[in-house]
Amino acid sequence: MGYVAVKGGEAAIEASIERLKYERLKTGSFLSVEAVSGGMKALIDQVMSEGSLYDEGIAAIAIKQAAGSPEEAVFLVRAYRSTLPRKHYSIAAEPSSMRVERRVSACFKDIPGGQILGTSADYTHRLIDRGLCSETPEENESWLRDWNGREPEADPPEGSPSLDALPNVIGFLREEGLLPRLPIDDAEPHDVTKKALEFPTVRSERLQILTRGQTGAVTALGYAALRSYGALHPTVGELRVGMVAVYVANPSGDEDSTDDAYYVGEVRITEVESLVPVPVERGQGRTEIEFDIGYGACFGQNETKAIAMSILDQCLESGDKRYPTQDEEFVLMHVDSVEATGFISHLKLPHYVTFQSKLDAARRTRAREAGK
Amino acid sequence: MKPLYNFAFFDEGSKREVRRAVLKGIAIPGYQVPFASREMPIARGWGTGGLQITLTLVGRDDVLKVIDQGADESVNAVSIRKLIVGTTGIASTDDTAEATLIQSRHRIPEVPLTKGQTLVLQVPIPEPLRFVEPSEFATKRLHAEKEYSGAYLALFEEIMKYGRVSTGADHPVTVNGRYVMAPSPIPRFDNPKMNDSAALILLGAGREKKIYAVPPYTRVVSLDFEDHPFEVEDMGGKRCSLCGATGVFMDEIHEDSGAVRYQCNDSGFCLSRRGGGKGGEA
Repeated sequence: MGYVAVKGGEAAIEASIERLKYERLKTGSFLSVEAVSGGMKALIDQVMSEGSLYDEGIAAIAIKQAAGSPEEAVFLVRAYRSTLPRKHYSIAAEPSSMRVERRVSACFKDIPGGQILGTSADYTHRLIDRGLCSETPEENESWLRDWNGREPEADPPEGSPSLDALPNVIGFLREEGLLPRLPIDDAEPHDVTKKALEFPTVRSERLQILTRGQTGAVTALGYAALRSYGALHPTVGELRVGMVAVYVANPSGDEDSTDDAYYVGEVRITEVESLVPVPVERGQGRTEIEFDIGYGACFGQNETKAIAMSILDQCLESGDKRYPTQDEEFVLMHVDSVEATGFISHLKLPHYVTFQSKLDAARRTRAREAGK
Repeated sequence: MKPLYNFAFFDEGSKREVRRAVLKGIAIPGYQVPFASREMPIARGWGTGGLQITLTLVGRDDVLKVIDQGADESVNAVSIRKLIVGTTGIASTDDTAEATLIQSRHRIPEVPLTKGQTLVLQVPIPEPLRFVEPSEFATKRLHAEKEYSGAYLALFEEIMKYGRVSTGADHPVTVNGRYVMAPSPIPRFDNPKMNDSAALILLGAGREKKIYAVPPYTRVVSLDFEDHPFEVEDMGGKRCSLCGATGVFMDEIHEDSGAVRYQCNDSGFCLSRRGGGKGGEA
């Protein structure tokens, strides 16, 4: 008799879970949570962003527990997140007061406050560095001592703005009238984790879904929009990475002011504002070019995702359903890591009954063919 | 399970919110109520909708039964039962009659459900019109307008192509004369069990964030045509090789020798028949 997964499920599960532990430990080289925290910053950022929870410690444990699988780690973080009571909403964090660590603009060579390359792998050559196999703690410590002892090479030029008050590049274009002037929308954002998405969505919901989206999925759809589907070519007006302060309002004070609010910490975010040229009909056959803005922001340093998000934000604002990348249901229903990986992986579950039922239908249609 | 989590995993606020959706679902039979589906410790698509309903309804005196494709011992049923029992400490059973709360994937037990029991079904795709209309915005509208010609047209096309309706599991039903509903991928064989059921039937789709319900003693009719009446899978002439039951949904087992034999898909039912005969020849 063939394998029938009816009895013995419990024992098989226990054994499978034990094997998982064995696979994690079998080489005798054990990864500490500290090592994950120290050496896997990019993965921690990705897991926090997709996991929708800013907690480097939890992310590091999840990565260790998941043996480095981002999909599993995000899943762990999300399941933990859903048991946390949500007591407060923060006051809207203001990225213009970000303590900037990195900031580039593809629009202008020279921007007030300057381009700040900061930490980036962009200009590394992707050659495997075998030297990493033999680096020693002593070498590393001495390198660190050197680094920490270095004097700044040059003082910033006289009169340049401080790093926590860099003006947004987009502001210059707005002053010139190249961006449409839109009314300020201070509507309270919806919370997609407290209410199921209903269509049509509002922008706060779209931005939340995108920022929680799986990095690969958001990137792939952003790429599709860039390459061909609704072909548009945005320019990165500004990409900045840095620390943003988070405040919770004092219940007895002003709801929107940080003056007497409680400072609860800071989060590192990536923020992108993209400019997308669009033709605007002015009547009498006259067309002008205006710029739409696409906005992307996510936890941690996740630059590709943030740029792709900004592309998709603009796509969904246009909403031309000829293109799947501009169809909000197509984009928003399919970029979540936990949902996509969960439903794909459920195909591993037994489908004996459903398959038997389909088999019955298939056999009947054949019986009819044969009977002709 | 460490006491890091509340009784039945959720915080009480979350439970209340899910219960509100359940109550609304019961009040509007067959209507899909959107709810703030939580991420669960088991994967989306593996029964998180059903699990959320079960965890918000479970009390300390409940007796739990979990089945997956008819089997209590199927790996996913074991995993879900472990989580529910682990976070609540309640008793569990294989015996359908003994259970107060039954979570199931893709089957309704063979033993008729009774008053006071609750059946929770796990749903992958709650929208019966999804295969005729991919847009949620559009399908919500179709339900509001009771515009179900698409669903009938899909069945009609099957008849034109194959000479008969060729739906497998998840054959759509009309609930209380109003909403067309996906009964979850139960075989057609189980559709009639929903009609006038003494037990409350709740359906939860975690990934799709919908909850809906068939209250007790509600009329549930499978979609069909007068000249092509609804048909269940043909179990005629099949007999369980273990307990000898007939007229129940069978698994088809291919022996190494190439021979085919049958066995009750509802393993709890089969075991109880062999273990000294609860429920006679069905």
